[in-house]
Amino acid sequence: MAALQNSTLEAIASNQSQLIGDWIAALEANGAARNIKEQDLRQETRDFLQLVVDGLRSESGGNIGAAGWEETRRFLEKLSSSRAQAGQESHQTAYFIFALKGPLFTLLQSHYREQPALLAEQLWEVSELLDAFGLHTIRTYQKTREGVIKRQQEELLELSTPVVKLWDGVLALPLIGTLDSQRSQTVMESLLQRIVDTGSEIAIIDITGVPTVDTLVAQHLLKTVTAIRLMGADCIISGVRPQIAQTIVHLGLDLGTLTTKSNLADALKLALTRLGNRPDERV
Amino acid sequence: MERIPILQMGEFLLVTIQVDMHDQLALRLQDDLTARIDHTSARGVLIDISALDMVDSFIGRMIASISGLSRIMDAETVLVGMQPAVAITLVELGLTLPGVSTALNVDRGMNLLRQRVGRP
Repeated sequence: MAALQNSTLEAIASNQSQLIGDWIAALEANGAARNIKEQDLRQETRDFLQLVVDGLRSESGGNIGAAGWEETRRFLEKLSSSRAQAGQESHQTAYFIFALKGPLFTLLQSHYREQPALLAEQLWEVSELLDAFGLHTIRTYQKTREGVIKRQQEELLELSTPVVKLWDGVLALPLIGTLDSQRSQTVMESLLQRIVDTGSEIAIIDITGVPTVDTLVAQHLLKTVTAIRLMGADCIISGVRPQIAQTIVHLGLDLGTLTTKSNLADALKLALTRLGNRPDERV
Repeated sequence: MERIPILQMGEFLLVTIQVDMHDQLALRLQDDLTARIDHTSARGVLIDISALDMVDSFIGRMIASISGLSRIMDAETVLVGMQPAVAITLVELGLTLPGVSTALNVDRGMNLLRQRVGRP
C-alpha cells in the first residue's frame, strides 16, 4: 500500500489555519457544532489537526493502532466520551472527524492538480486514515454509553431492594418497579438473608409499586414465597390493586398457596395475629 | 463408615446434618432413619439442615424424600434451618416439598413439633 507522500504532509501542515476554518464551517453547516462553545470547537479542531500532523511526521502510516498515533487515539477517546456524557448522538460525534474530509480533499486537489494518479492515491490514503479515526471515535463513544447504562442499572438495582423490619419477627419488602429475573433474584436473596439474620417468622412483600403483574412476575413471586416457606418462615403478599387482581384472574394464574392482602396495614395485622400478639401490646 | 447420627429425645428423633451430604451418605441416612422410626415408634422427627450450604439435584431429592417418608411412617416431620442458597436452589429445581413443615431454627421446630403432636 502506498504511503502518504511528504508533500501531502507539508501541504496539510502549511495550510492548517485554512483547513480549520473550512472544517468548522462544515461542522456548523451540519449542526454537529451545536451546544459546543465556539472557542472549544476551535481548540479541539486545532489540537486534532496538530496531532494528525505529528502522527504523520512520526511515519506511523495508516495503521492507527501504531505507537505514533497513541496521542491521537487518546484525544479521540477523551473527545467522544465527553460528547457521550454531554448527551450528543453518535453520528454527530463521528461527523466531527468526517467533516474534515471535505476541506482536506479540496486542499489535496489543488495541491496535486498536475498529477491525477498521485492525487487519487493520496486521497485514498487520507480517506482511509480519517475513516479509521471516525470508527475509533464511534467505538469509544459506544463504550462510554454502555458504561453509563451499566452504572445506572446497578444503581437502580441497589436502590430498589430495601428490606425493612416492621415489627419483632415481621419483615417487609416494598417492591417498586417492574420485576425482571435479575431483580427478582437480588430481591429474593436479600430477603431470605434478612430472614436468617433477624430470625423473622413472617415476611410481607408489598407490590403496590409494581405497575403490572404478568405470568413472569407472578412466577417470580411464587418462587420467592416458596423459598421463604422452605426456610420455615411465612409470606404475605400485600398491595394487590384492583387492576392487578383482575389481570391475575384473567391470566388464569394460580396463586392458590399465597396469602394476599389488599394493603400493608391488613397484612401487618394478620402477621401480628399469627405471631400471637395484639397490635397495641408492644407499642 | 461415615454415618449421620440420629439422636432420640423422648418421643422425638433429632437428625442434624453437620457434614457435606454425598449420595451414599444420604441413602444410608434414609435407611437408618426409617429403621429408627420403626424401632422407637417416634411421634416426631426434626431434621436440622442449617449446616448444609450446598445441594445438588440428588441431595435435594433426598431431602424431599427423607422428609416425606418419615411423614408416611406416622411421625410429624419438621425441616429446620434451611439456608437461603439451599432454598433458592430447591425452588429452582422445582422441589417445593409440599406438605413438609418447616421452621427457622431448632427451637421453633421443637415448639412446632410439640404443638403438632398435641402436647404443650
